[in-house]
Amino acid sequence: MYSHSHHLDDKPILDVGNLNVRYTGYSALEEISFHLHAGERVAVVGPNGAGKSTLFKAVAGVLQPSSGEVTIYGSGPRGHICIAYIPQRSQVDWKFPVSVADVVMMGRIAKLGLLGWPKKSDWEHVHRALKTVNMDDLSKRQISQLSGGQQQRMFIARAIAQEAELMLIDEPLTGLDTPSQESLLDLLDTLREQHVTVMVATHDLEQAARHFDRIMLLNHRLIAFGEPTAVMRTEILLQAYGTRLRPVDGQAGMVTLDDSCCDEGEHDHVH
Amino acid sequence: MFIDWLLAPLQYEFMLRGMAAAILVGIVCAVVGTYVVLRGMAFFGDALAHTILPGIALGYIISGGARDTLFWWALGTAIVAALGIGVISKQAQVREDTAIGIIFAGMFALGIALISTVRSYAVDLSHFLFGDVLGVSSHSLWLIVIFGGIVLLTIAAFYKEFMTLSFDPILAITLRLPVGLLNNLLLTLIAVTVAVSLQTVGVALMVAMLVTPAATAYLLTHRLPVMMSLAAIFASLSGVIGLYLSYYLSIASGAAIVLTATLFFLLAFLWKRMKSV
Repeated sequence: MYSHSHHLDDKPILDVGNLNVRYTGYSALEEISFHLHAGERVAVVGPNGAGKSTLFKAVAGVLQPSSGEVTIYGSGPRGHICIAYIPQRSQVDWKFPVSVADVVMMGRIAKLGLLGWPKKSDWEHVHRALKTVNMDDLSKRQISQLSGGQQQRMFIARAIAQEAELMLIDEPLTGLDTPSQESLLDLLDTLREQHVTVMVATHDLEQAARHFDRIMLLNHRLIAFGEPTAVMRTEILLQAYGTRLRPVDGQAGMVTLDDSCCDEGEHDHVH
Repeated sequence: MFIDWLLAPLQYEFMLRGMAAAILVGIVCAVVGTYVVLRGMAFFGDALAHTILPGIALGYIISGGARDTLFWWALGTAIVAALGIGVISKQAQVREDTAIGIIFAGMFALGIALISTVRSYAVDLSHFLFGDVLGVSSHSLWLIVIFGGIVLLTIAAFYKEFMTLSFDPILAITLRLPVGLLNNLLLTLIAVTVAVSLQTVGVALMVAMLVTPAATAYLLTHRLPVMMSLAAIFASLSGVIGLYLSYYLSIASGAAIVLTATLFFLLAFLWKRMKSV
């Protein structure tokens, strides 16, 4: 029913060139250029309203850039069904009358085609995905009855069921307790073994430095993009955070951050 | 004794036709209404129902008061209005609910103005506003069966698409579903439902049929198919009980149906409150 673009292995999985997204009155993203190779794990950090969600939505083909280009394996994102955008938990209607398995099955519907119904193999995909995130026993549960960590892992299961190769995960760690954060980070390791490319928006610079290959520092512009040791330097962080940055301890030249987190959502409407 | 009480109204053919219409319309409204409730479109549904009045009025004047062609006028106006409201709500100069409010009141006034040009309009106007389920002809009943059936089949065919689009529109986009088409299809289905329900509850009470049974079901379940089924049951029961009330208490049929549905909602609401205490 839908035509989907093929993947050419010699191309980067994601290539962003001179990306601009403008809303009425201001620029959300200016001249962003970078590329990712398959299997990389990148943390996207920056202050509130820096454009992290906007970047993810432009990469996923959800919003049209004002100018510049996003390509996935060499072609525009709107031909691909291999990109998963996982929303912030605060953006989700948790009272919607669906079970965990219903939500994970939603990841399969592009593969089913219009008018297609789930087959046995689709349910196997769903249960395998739930097993991967350690939630197989919760498949029948109504989504409002999940903990924050379970909600997050359910959405990752949905992305696995979608067979996504690029996952854009918006603030998954925000508001989770430490054990839930740990199990989520373990899950990211599992995804790496499966060669899934992951971009995670986060407020926690320390976690970003400890668990990710590269860090992208964003504040409307791309301030820095590189290995943690190269990015986590006071003079660079100051460019992104300005006075909101307070060096708390100077352990090994790393800076800890006091960022005023995180309720004001970013603007979603393009005019 | 009680059996006699139940059977007495059913000796009249218009009562039987009215019952059938009320049940069918109830089911269709309840199933479509599930999405109206989940997507927060109650105001849209209310506005849409009112907006079709000038179309009905025009058909009424042109046909010289004949009832059987009014369905088509209602259907045409409803679809145009639904897609029109969809377009208006996308532009950014005026807030969506403000824009809908302006158009809905304006169109409603136009409808009343048109009908008032006909002498002795009061009775017909009240039928358009509040319904006349006991006046349903067998021709109208067939139209309800056919178009109600089309609505239910379409909802079933696009079940997973509508569910996904309503729960997570961004997912629907990243899965490259034809989101614009599906949104317009849903608006069209609501429009057809409005046309189908016109004679049963009228434009002024339509929103109750779209919203109340679905909201009642939403209090009692956490699963979408169960919500649709429960809503359909509440709506059909409201139709039947409402008609008995109308027969024995001599109150307007549309109002009796809506009051019954409202009572179901209140009972479910209280039950839920008591359970959670």
